[in-house]
Amino acid sequence: MTAQPRLAPHSVVSGRVGESVQRPDAVLKVKGDFPYSSDLQVKGMLWGATVRSPHPYARIVSIDTAQALASPGVRAVLTHEDVPGRKVYGLEIPDQPVLAFDVVRYWGESVALVAADHPEQARRAAAKVHVDYQVLVPLTDPEVALTPDAPSLHEGGNITRQVRIRRGDQNAAADVVVIGEYEIGMQDQAPLGPESGLAIPDGEGGVDLYIATQWLHIDREQLAESLALPPDKIRLTLAGVGGAFGAREDLSMQAHACMLALRTGRPVKISYSRPESFVGHVHRHPGRLRYEHGATRDGKLVYVKARILLDGGAYASSSTAVIANACCFAIGPYECPNATIDGWVVYTNNPPCGAMRGFGSVQNCYAHEAQMDKLAAAIGMDPVELRIRNAMKTGSSMVTGQVVEGPVPVAELLRRVRDVPLPPSTTSDPIDLTEMPGGVSNTTHGEAVKRGIGYAVGFKNIGYSEGFNDYSTARVRLSVVGGRPRVEVHTASAEVGQGLVTVQAQIAGTELGVSDVVVLDADTVVGSAGSSSASRQTYITGGAVKAACEAVRERVLGLAQSELGGRHLGDAHGLRLENDAIVSAKGAVVLSLATLLGEEVIEETREFRPRRTSPLDPETGQANAHLQYAFAAHRAVVDVDTELGLVKVVELATAQDVGKAINPQAVEGQLEGGAAQGLGLAVMEEIQVKDGVIRNASFTDYLLPTILDMPPVRMQILELGDPHSPYGLKGVGEPPTISSGPAIIAAIRAATGRPLSRAPVRPHDIVDTGSRGVRS
Amino acid sequence: MKIDCTVNGRSRTVDGLWEGESLLSVLRDRMQLPGSKNACEQGECGSCSVYLDGALVCACLVLGGQANGRTIVTIEGLMSGDALHAVQQAFVEAGAVQCGFCTPGLVVATHDLLNRVPEPSVMQIREALAGNICRCTGYAKIIEAVQLAALRMAVHERTAR
Repeated sequence: MTAQPRLAPHSVVSGRVGESVQRPDAVLKVKGDFPYSSDLQVKGMLWGATVRSPHPYARIVSIDTAQALASPGVRAVLTHEDVPGRKVYGLEIPDQPVLAFDVVRYWGESVALVAADHPEQARRAAAKVHVDYQVLVPLTDPEVALTPDAPSLHEGGNITRQVRIRRGDQNAAADVVVIGEYEIGMQDQAPLGPESGLAIPDGEGGVDLYIATQWLHIDREQLAESLALPPDKIRLTLAGVGGAFGAREDLSMQAHACMLALRTGRPVKISYSRPESFVGHVHRHPGRLRYEHGATRDGKLVYVKARILLDGGAYASSSTAVIANACCFAIGPYECPNATIDGWVVYTNNPPCGAMRGFGSVQNCYAHEAQMDKLAAAIGMDPVELRIRNAMKTGSSMVTGQVVEGPVPVAELLRRVRDVPLPPSTTSDPIDLTEMPGGVSNTTHGEAVKRGIGYAVGFKNIGYSEGFNDYSTARVRLSVVGGRPRVEVHTASAEVGQGLVTVQAQIAGTELGVSDVVVLDADTVVGSAGSSSASRQTYITGGAVKAACEAVRERVLGLAQSELGGRHLGDAHGLRLENDAIVSAKGAVVLSLATLLGEEVIEETREFRPRRTSPLDPETGQANAHLQYAFAAHRAVVDVDTELGLVKVVELATAQDVGKAINPQAVEGQLEGGAAQGLGLAVMEEIQVKDGVIRNASFTDYLLPTILDMPPVRMQILELGDPHSPYGLKGVGEPPTISSGPAIIAAIRAATGRPLSRAPVRPHDIVDTGSRGVRS
Repeated sequence: MKIDCTVNGRSRTVDGLWEGESLLSVLRDRMQLPGSKNACEQGECGSCSVYLDGALVCACLVLGGQANGRTIVTIEGLMSGDALHAVQQAFVEAGAVQCGFCTPGLVVATHDLLNRVPEPSVMQIREALAGNICRCTGYAKIIEAVQLAALRMAVHERTAR
């Protein structure tokens, strides 16, 4: 038995589906007592540090570790030569070195590792690893990367994936045509918890890893390859996760900590600093998008042509799936008979990009919604009316040809946000500075402040797409503890803050009618749950928990039937589980579960698999590629200081169909928090990359929305019920991040009259700064 | 380096400190008080907010050596016995906690605000908590939590008199 770090104690949850049940980890979190991955400690633990490339593109001539090895407290220094197995990893394409060999392809790439007694010793020794680089000219323009003469950064060229969608008449003509080009900056997920974890060697060649991740099993799969160990020698347990938003889908320090632990025979902890975190995970793809919309004079879309180019950076990560989303959702939730969509994601020497909340459906929403406003202006129609006229409805076809089933309330969501009463003007007398753009900085008393209102609607897929094997596993155990029935739910699903742990307990409580439900630590002892991404866990792992509970319930009712021998009720099918008891159809307690079960333990494990999807046809992009679609609309009201270019978002209104709100309070938290991340990309968040180097890798320089930036969100949550999903639920987490930002930029356009074709909007996009202007 | 200080009412001595070590590292790595969080270590996010001689500070911006002879109260020191403080309870009930990494800092900052301004307006709440970044909640439920805590503390104050 090796040492074990302290993990969070399990709390009992009592609650049912549809109730705003408190999170079982909330009390620990407000006390500062919840153990996050960066908090873990065990006796004899070493600290790991990572040597990183100072160049975006360079050949590695040699690596000299001698001086680092001789430094005080140092126990190991490792390079690519020490990677026991496959030297590369990756979610879709294994192309990223565990530790760089031959070349480095981005600024901050991992080159070597150090383990030492104290973190500062490790950092100082890392600075003494001498790497001789032959610096190469970085390829940083994705347009250049796309050209045939560009130098290839990987075997097989720079195009990670090309997507073609062809629907209807490719030569359709229209009365009204609008064209626009749009640019989206690189956004960081910026989860507050740094990449971190603790690897503990088991003394028999295996390793236990306590880790903050979004998917334990995919981490293990990649670790097994690179550590050259059978998967059962690598046991992963989820440590407390301080947010994710896509940043924890790829490996960061997982393989590194395991390698150092296996080499030294000691537990090794690695915890990134914030600047290191900026190069330690992938980001949202920056994009360049060119759109042409054709419509009739009365505002019906005739065709959409789109060219979408995403910069994937140095390694593939989940780029192949992101570009598919960008293309499938390219025109927004509108009916259009003819579409020509071409998308590319390319390799460059910029920071690698991959998953972030919204996953490809965010970049295109800025473009298609700007186009809809442009079209409305060209026709002379109200922009909401134009959207409603083209809105998808039940039975509408996607550009991929997939017919969308179930509720498709696009028009209703738009009407609802439009009909929310507008907030009062803030330019009243006397002026309240705190309500002004610039706030207490006292930059304006309302002069040159203009108000604008903007609308946007967006949608995306819930769950994996294109035939990816989507499933989750749940083990549910019912027993009597201390005279009370207790349900234990065990899955490998990652609670990253979203509230999945509560949802699992609520589902078990509902299905088994038991008050005491405990959700066990997520680990690789049970089967895979898939990732906490694609807004899929409540649907898929929720579905698995429900299925396992149903199997347990069937056995309990069978037990009850034989116990009762049909004496009391005749028809055992009328029996239910409720209030810790077997109750009759009319709700009368027949037998307590504690009495029925006694010492007996009933345990069942189930996998839940939703219906399969299909890959896009490579020539036409036609396919039933998606499991479920989720929709949200936003209205933004902004005040803009048109002289200084400062923006104050006054209010957001949103409407979203969540199918069924399993935990209404948690759903609200997703809608508010998701909108805040949308606001960030619209007006402040951008990783600034110059010649392949990140210039703002810190929270001082990368601006995140604060409580002063985030306005009230007026929410309307619809529960229209999906006919295929458990409880009729829809994935909730991502849609709020899609249309919130585009609505804000539409509002800034309305306030300023400027075209604003770029996100985030910067002050100098709003104000002419002439030759004195700041240009990046 | 050796320091003596009072942390959450207990006197503590730490020896063998590295001169560049922050108070945050001392609390987290040497005193087994990891409640103060290491999110930016640059004074921007407020996740490591603690009281230093009664003043709200970011522990990441204070050198360990500066804590010598001082009194520190961390998130771990806000409980009254086994009971949650009203601020902590309100954060739980209002749904102001998601991933929770910002929560300890926000709880300490809110505790400080309500000590100074027992019935803050929404704008006073926003100004007071502007140094605490939350990436999950969008802040609405944090504002609700502060208002709920203020209300309960005011009622408690009145009944106590």
